[in-house]
Amino acid sequence: MKPKKIGVYICHCGGNISDYVDVEKVRQSVEGEDVVFIAKTTMFACSDANQRDMVEDIKQNELDGVIVASCSPKLHLLTFRNVSVRADLNKYTYVHANIREQASWAHSDNKAAATEKAIHLVKAAIAKSRYAQALETNKIKTTKAVAVVGAGVAGMKAAITLAQKDTHVFLIEKMPAVGGHVAEWGSLFSTNETGSEMVNRLYNEVKQYDNISVMTNSEVIENKGSVGNIMLKVRTKTENDNEGHIAEINVGSVLMATGFDHYTPEEGEFGYHSSDKIITLPEFKRMVDTQNGKLVHNGKEVKNIAYIYCVGSRQTEGENTYCSRNCCTSTIHAAVTAKNKFAGIHNFHFTRGLRTYGKQEIIYAESLRQGDIYLQSYEEDPATVIAENNKVIVKINDILTSGKELEVEADLVVLVTGMVPRTDSNMGPLFKIPKGRDKFFTEVHMKLRPVETVIDGITIAGTCQGPKNIAESVNSALSAATKSYTILNKGELETDPLVATIDPEKCTWCGACEEACPFDAIIKTDKNGKTIAEINNTVCKGCGMCAPVCDPDAVNLIACSSKEIMSMIDALV
Amino acid sequence: MSDTQESMINNTNSGSPLGVRGTKTAKILVFSTEKISDPAIDMAGLLKLHYPPTVYTISVPCSSGIKPSWILYAYEKGFDGVFIAADGSDCVYGESCTEKTGHLMAKTHNMMKEKEIDPARLRMAAICSVCSESFVKQMRNFNEYLLKTRETIPNP
Repeated sequence: MKPKKIGVYICHCGGNISDYVDVEKVRQSVEGEDVVFIAKTTMFACSDANQRDMVEDIKQNELDGVIVASCSPKLHLLTFRNVSVRADLNKYTYVHANIREQASWAHSDNKAAATEKAIHLVKAAIAKSRYAQALETNKIKTTKAVAVVGAGVAGMKAAITLAQKDTHVFLIEKMPAVGGHVAEWGSLFSTNETGSEMVNRLYNEVKQYDNISVMTNSEVIENKGSVGNIMLKVRTKTENDNEGHIAEINVGSVLMATGFDHYTPEEGEFGYHSSDKIITLPEFKRMVDTQNGKLVHNGKEVKNIAYIYCVGSRQTEGENTYCSRNCCTSTIHAAVTAKNKFAGIHNFHFTRGLRTYGKQEIIYAESLRQGDIYLQSYEEDPATVIAENNKVIVKINDILTSGKELEVEADLVVLVTGMVPRTDSNMGPLFKIPKGRDKFFTEVHMKLRPVETVIDGITIAGTCQGPKNIAESVNSALSAATKSYTILNKGELETDPLVATIDPEKCTWCGACEEACPFDAIIKTDKNGKTIAEINNTVCKGCGMCAPVCDPDAVNLIACSSKEIMSMIDALV
Repeated sequence: MSDTQESMINNTNSGSPLGVRGTKTAKILVFSTEKISDPAIDMAGLLKLHYPPTVYTISVPCSSGIKPSWILYAYEKGFDGVFIAADGSDCVYGESCTEKTGHLMAKTHNMMKEKEIDPARLRMAAICSVCSESFVKQMRNFNEYLLKTRETIPNP
């Protein structure tokens, strides 16, 4: 048989890999392997230019397969399988090596070791590639329904989008009413609509669709199955029955939109709870939205208001190192609203640098025109709050006036609290959705696959993924809805044909494999006068449970056979 | 490959310098599952949670499909330890995975005893898709155990 010709591409990933792994050394280490016909390094393997080069290489050199050593296969396995297809190769001849998450990043503390490991990972991929063969995909039927968990603005918008695409939606909300935190808000920037009006408008639209089943007071308690066919148990409580009743629903995809919690300051953080004049931003917004005439707090009229930004966000210590994105704009909008609504208001903003990006600059400009005072400090020297003798003083070394110490006696101090991940949600553990360093649900890739999770069929939208304003939440909801829809719209899903195979020479039919198979995919059959096992390829899911129980070692999984695994062990050791 | 990894630089990022020049790390083969434990191991990298660089992963669809012969082959070829990052109750192929993986562990342990291989050189733990920290802890502990018990691991 003609020896295989393999192309190997080693990615710099900008510097994500090459800052820690000597990619040229990796290339040199594998270029001499007998099946390696081409070995190249590339700045971004996933770039259009490199993909075009790969197609050209495959065609010009009549390669039998390619290997890309780059990021996790969760991110780009499909990308490079498609490159193979565009070059008229079967996509299952492609083999992936993960030298970013499992080498350069995992061992960024040890460049030489990371390089050594990368070399062995690529050699293992080459070993696997020797056995890779052309295969045809399997197809499974999918359930054209989506469970949207969380009926805030993101959840409702996603539900409407899916319903418009002729998909049944189960909109599951834990609380008695829809709307999430947006329902709490009064006026919003940059619209005249209030939060509750926006929620009502969306909910009225939801009710227009017969194919949206709204389930309030409901929570998913069980999750089984996999992408295309996911079985959920949903408990719905009623006023009189706290245990509630349990419904079983079948969906093809789950869109998670479970939202955020407000950050609650620690006792004494910027004087929190040391004086009743110190409150949080959500409390202040409710005051502004609900009061008329005079702004009053605890029976006293409020004139001087000090806003302390980044409380619970952009922390130099602890977990919340991220920016909560919406609080600068939300605060300035509340301050402007207060000034327009109540006479004699003076706003003093104690910031660490404002982040009113994009169109939100408009509200910042308006507050400047109205005479709001902005003071700024560095993160290591934040404003301090002193509450004594029924007075509250806020002090700052203001970097905008060359570090001059300035102070304001405030009638009210507003701690600008940001967003934190939900603490009362069981959805993360139930669906095994990974969380990032910020403890919000994390996507496969923030730019390339921004609403997909590593769990096939589970998408994320809105603030369960990280702080967002309403517009950004809606954008992500539309994106997640579209992604969930694309999984299901064809009614069937292509799955890898990586099924079990039986070696008829070795098989002596003992029945152990039939007993081990959870899918009844093994049939007892007679072949040339010998009773042996046969695999029903349409039913086999490729789990491999039948393989270890076979004493004569007659069962192997395609792409995961003993010869492949052992040759990879040879390459790794 | 040398039996242990060496570093040409000082560790600057991790609280525990693993594989730095002058230290040795055990060779550990991890059988990980594509849908459940692979994401956890990838996320450990994403979070820069460092573990010994001589930990190598081979992905399989399900932990109950790992053949004892592969594990024995890994010892034969020179791996100090084998770790099964099992699906546990999260297995997408069904609840029987846990029991079946347990059976193959027991079967392999017996085979190891017959070959006079320390059964503690094979470990298993359920590693779910978010269990990055747990995975790293397992690798560090396993590495320590193997370094203590495996006299054949040479100094760099």
